[in-house]
Amino acid sequence: MTQIELRGVQKWFGAVQVIKDLNLSIEDNEFIVLLGQSGCGKTTTLRAVAGLETIDEGDILIDGKPVQHLKAADRDIAMVFQSFSLYPHMSVYENIAFPLRATRMKKTDIDKAVRDVAQVLRISDLLDRRPSALSGGDMQRVAIGRALVRRPKAMLMDEPIGALDAKLREEMRAEIKRLHVKQGSTTIYVTHDQIEAMSLADRIVIMHEGVLQQVGTPEDVYGHPQNLFVAQFVGSPVMNVAPAAVSDSAGKASVTVEGAGEGFAFPSELLSKLNGSAGKPLSLGIRPEGVIVAHEAAEGFLPAEAHIIEPLGSYDIVDLKFGSQMLRARTRSGFVAKAGDRVFARLDPTQTHFFDTASGQSLGVKL
Amino acid sequence: MAAVRTSAEVAGNRVAIVAVLIITLIFLAPIYWIVSTSFKPRNLSTTIPPTVVFTPEVSPFVKLFTKRSQLREQPTPEEYEAAPWWERIVFDGGEKVVRDGKGNVQWSAYPNRFMNSLIIAITSTVFAVSMGTITAYGFSRFKVKGEGDLLFFILSTRMLPPVVVAIPMFLMYRTFGLNDTHIGLIILYTAFNLSFSVWLMKGFIDEIPKEYEEAALVDGYTRMEAFFKIVIPEAATGIAATAVFCFITAWNEYAFALIMTNRRAQTAPPFIPSQVGSGLPDWTVIAAGTFLFLLPVAIFTFLLRNHLLRGMSFGAIRK
Repeated sequence: MTQIELRGVQKWFGAVQVIKDLNLSIEDNEFIVLLGQSGCGKTTTLRAVAGLETIDEGDILIDGKPVQHLKAADRDIAMVFQSFSLYPHMSVYENIAFPLRATRMKKTDIDKAVRDVAQVLRISDLLDRRPSALSGGDMQRVAIGRALVRRPKAMLMDEPIGALDAKLREEMRAEIKRLHVKQGSTTIYVTHDQIEAMSLADRIVIMHEGVLQQVGTPEDVYGHPQNLFVAQFVGSPVMNVAPAAVSDSAGKASVTVEGAGEGFAFPSELLSKLNGSAGKPLSLGIRPEGVIVAHEAAEGFLPAEAHIIEPLGSYDIVDLKFGSQMLRARTRSGFVAKAGDRVFARLDPTQTHFFDTASGQSLGVKL
Repeated sequence: MAAVRTSAEVAGNRVAIVAVLIITLIFLAPIYWIVSTSFKPRNLSTTIPPTVVFTPEVSPFVKLFTKRSQLREQPTPEEYEAAPWWERIVFDGGEKVVRDGKGNVQWSAYPNRFMNSLIIAITSTVFAVSMGTITAYGFSRFKVKGEGDLLFFILSTRMLPPVVVAIPMFLMYRTFGLNDTHIGLIILYTAFNLSFSVWLMKGFIDEIPKEYEEAALVDGYTRMEAFFKIVIPEAATGIAATAVFCFITAWNEYAFALIMTNRRAQTAPPFIPSQVGSGLPDWTVIAAGTFLFLLPVAIFTFLLRNHLLRGMSFGAIRK
């Protein structure tokens, strides 16, 4: 049972504030992913929880007790580093046993714990090797083993698979997920890779320039981004964002992308839901799968020219030009034969988001 | 896969091997000279051109370890017969071994001076390397105010030639009664090596990723424990290299040892040539003393050779 809570945490590096008033509550057994670009403060936050970094203001509570003044060693937390940090002068066995040697545990108990963890991680046959003789994936397994062996209150992982190649990363991602399900411990995981975040997290915490942007389940941050940063950071291919105007055309809403002559037809409730924001500069956000493409003209479809086609195997990404803006659509592969073809497209209202261009905040319109 | 090499590469390789051989010979020549002289009969030690082929003998070593005086009259055959083999060698050289009133052989001061050298060089090396490692760790891992200035100050202690500080040091040592003491030379050599040790160790410790210690800190160790369990083993290569350099510097030091010591704490370097002054110079004895003096450094370096050669970062850090 471990809950972690951050209350009003602030951290400066000299004149630069790297964590700005961070509040976050993590439940027992929860897998939390801190997601953001490099330099957004996610790693600093993790190191602050670990006790490797002091904070300037606020509280960090583990199971309700403030720990910000405790040394790292006294917080009973384990951490996996991106660099793995396996001690080169020790065997794999000794590396895993190292945290236990700090305690007064009996030798036979240490041996049992090390072998148990090695079995879970499927590295039993590697125990006598030196870290330098291991593959990247095995190194990371050992690093995770070293963190697990102590049965810590919480696991912290700082881009643990960021240094691996793509295929291995996918494999280890599944492995980490499997371990979490099996062992179950409160975990904070830092990454800049949104696919990793989506696939692993119970809840994702998105940070940008030291400020928490949104906390939510993967579905939440993908389906209901609270601001333009989250909208464009989560999801691949990236969400289309374009300045747009909403107007009332004979009782029906019409959304016109900047520079386009004609507007997309939207249900009339959009007007009431925008609630007076209609006049302000708005941004429209829509994921490529929300842009529906057809060969024939039909009700609600606007003509567009295909600019670039990116074949990605299972699907294509087609850049369509509306006015001065480019919207990317996701189509069946080969649906649009070649660049320059004229097609017709409409926007799926249920997948369209509206943001206040000035503040970047979502207007919270759900259709 | 078989390596395919062009004839030009093969030729270049051969030239390189020949060059290395020549350089090795040039460097080994003085050592050969000392070693061969220390086994030569006295009359062959100063011939021109140098004698290369000769029957080696141990007489220089016997003379090195004994006190001798000029033989005024030949020993009687009985005396000669009664003498042990090494005393006969001294007789053959036209000298006799000095004995005290009770007939006990008087040994030379060489073993004592050699011991002094060992004690002083080893102790000062241990001090210089351990203090240097801890200081370097501090500079490497923590934000130290005025770090650049402090490091420069430490280095600047090495910028004056020893002869400049010799007289003030001598006067200070006289005031504090440190002249001709082991502790005096140990302090001096430690201070002299410390700047070098700090700078060299800082380079090595900077290379050790700080994640190693952070992992240990999170795993329940104090910083002190992390330092001894992680940093020291990781820095072993650097510590070995630094120790070899500090040891060689302290072992070979001549000027301060000559000024600061004369008997009790005198080291081997000023002692060996001082034998020149007693009677006619016997170069074979000096060579024998020098040869034995070379051995500890050679052995020390040989023992640490793996550490000196081993690559720095063979570990499991991904950058």
